[in-house]
Amino acid sequence: MTISQVSFGTHEAVLEVKNLTVKYIGDARSTTAVDHVSFSIGTGEVFGLAGESGCGKSTIANSIMRLLKEPAKIAGGSISFGGKDVLAMSPEELRRFRWQDVAMVFQSAMNSLNPVLTIGEQIVDIFTTHAGYSRKESLRRAGELLELVRIDPARLKSYPHQLSGGMRQRAVIAMAVALKPSLLILDEPTTALDVVVQQEIMAQIKELQRELGFSVLFITHDMSLMVELSHRMAVMYGGRMVETAKAQDVYANPRHPYTQALMGAFPPLTGPRVPLTGLPDGVKFRNIPDLAEVAPGHFVAPFEADAPVIDSINLEGAAR
Amino acid sequence: MSHSLMTSSAVSGTGTPALEIRGLGKTFPIGGLFSRDSVRALHGIDLSIGKGEIVALVGESGSGKSTLARCVARLEKPSSGEILIDGVDVLKRDRFQASRAFRSQLQMVFQDPFGSLNPAHRMDHFLRRSLAIHGRSGASERETQRRLEELMTTVGLQADMLNSYPHELSGGQRQRVAIARALAVEPQVILADEPTSMLDVSVRIGVLNLMRKLRDEQGISMLYITHDLASARYLADRTAVMFAGELVEEGESLDLLANPAHPYTQLLVSAVPDPARAGSYDPVRRAELRQAVMASTHCTFQDDPNQACSSEEPVRHQVGDPQNRHWVRCHLYRPWAAAGSHALASEPVPSSHPASNAQEEAPA
Repeated sequence: MTISQVSFGTHEAVLEVKNLTVKYIGDARSTTAVDHVSFSIGTGEVFGLAGESGCGKSTIANSIMRLLKEPAKIAGGSISFGGKDVLAMSPEELRRFRWQDVAMVFQSAMNSLNPVLTIGEQIVDIFTTHAGYSRKESLRRAGELLELVRIDPARLKSYPHQLSGGMRQRAVIAMAVALKPSLLILDEPTTALDVVVQQEIMAQIKELQRELGFSVLFITHDMSLMVELSHRMAVMYGGRMVETAKAQDVYANPRHPYTQALMGAFPPLTGPRVPLTGLPDGVKFRNIPDLAEVAPGHFVAPFEADAPVIDSINLEGAAR
Repeated sequence: MSHSLMTSSAVSGTGTPALEIRGLGKTFPIGGLFSRDSVRALHGIDLSIGKGEIVALVGESGSGKSTLARCVARLEKPSSGEILIDGVDVLKRDRFQASRAFRSQLQMVFQDPFGSLNPAHRMDHFLRRSLAIHGRSGASERETQRRLEELMTTVGLQADMLNSYPHELSGGQRQRVAIARALAVEPQVILADEPTSMLDVSVRIGVLNLMRKLRDEQGISMLYITHDLASARYLADRTAVMFAGELVEEGESLDLLANPAHPYTQLLVSAVPDPARAGSYDPVRRAELRQAVMASTHCTFQDDPNQACSSEEPVRHQVGDPQNRHWVRCHLYRPWAAAGSHALASEPVPSSHPASNAQEEAPA
């Protein structure tokens, strides 16, 4: 497979994940949450990972950050970041790797701020611990950082509850890029926010990305949002990757029935009203084979031609 | 376009509306026990839903759409106004709390199907209770059982799921059971408060399709409350936009979202991610809209001879073809300003492009 060679812009991969397998080990049986997943992210590239809850996308993010806890276990594969083997890092190396090389914004990141410390104190903390600046210098940089995400530096003295949800999320994003990481992982960064705020934050991330040139691993279930932001994307189902290509290609020409179902789940805002179907209850794909290249740069897991989604007669509740 | 999509809007609009809300207001007291301050959550809401019509209520969190639903469902006591079901003012009829008769006319479907079903009971129990409480059980046990199975089929579930517990079902299946429970009572109106926002994306469409099927086949009216404009456009015949406790714009869904007249609606429409118009985002335009939104609630009368609004309250202006029943209330709206008839006063009259962002990139 040559998936790792297809990337946007420069072909120098920042992150390379190969055959990653993660298992949740139970007493009686174990579950494979991520099953032989491979992808790479180039310098300055935005790579999207789409899929529903439980498909393993967050597990991948946590594996990259080495944040997996028992009973989850990386059972195979490799993750390399800028040529370094992430899975072999010592605790001290990991400490530097997290935040300086790779930063992550979690789904409910706005709730991960400490409620009893001001925003300023929390940002200063990053600079004093990771970069070794003096307190005064850190405070100055913290002010700059807030300006970067268009929050008034006077807000450094505010407590998290004094900021709106959107502002808190922006503050968290500012903190994530504080040390100029080369990869930013965004795990559903706007799920809890209103559309207008979501749009503003996504625009801000785009702008920051252009300015600072970091790569992004963007995780969401919102296909429209993903297509708008990402250069390349992959769709996951049940721990397997079912399709990966340039985002525009996936949008224009989704090949796998599951990708089609996900796309169909979002009604369009323009054009005539067409009945959509989505994925009917109970339809499951099993034993998804490895990806195969169907068009240049477009990889799809082979599926049977009579896969359930395409057969629209079976669709219960579908619009007629 | 599919045929069934067209029928209901033609049918609706005749006869008594299934649900009519007149001048509904709600204020919440704030501050301590002796404080007289209050916050105005709803103000002068007028909304009617015809028989067999789905009306979507959209707006951001905090705009008051859930408060409206709670007032209409009588989980909250409105401060002023009337709620008419089938032409009867239910606030006068049952003065203190909702009666059983009212509950059998109007049912709710809530956002969280995980919280709205008691985990200790089987599906059978929920539906059976609905039937029993409202006196709709059959004469015999067999008759009741048949009704239960019928309900399950209607919402697209297998009858043998009656014996399952909530944890054995997926989110989509649970929401279908919640809908079946509402249907058991044979209501005229269903209030659905964000019924799909907690479901996995691939099953959302299925639930929307089910709601549409109920409208088409059983003529049930629905108030569909959502923050997702695309789904409102997909499902609802008409869409009403709520901002700061007031309805600011309403119209036939396709027309409203294609030609939004109120700056707030334009802002909402422009914020929806849609790859078909990727790159249409313009921060300058966005900032203008934001300002216009802020101004629209408290702008003063500008002493313009053509201005129909009073100094205090904006009035409803009709937008475009009367057939679309599209109106907006906003001081900034100038009905005469452009041939496109949805220009804002704060901006120069656009030459050939319509005003909204959404329009510019949209394929015809």
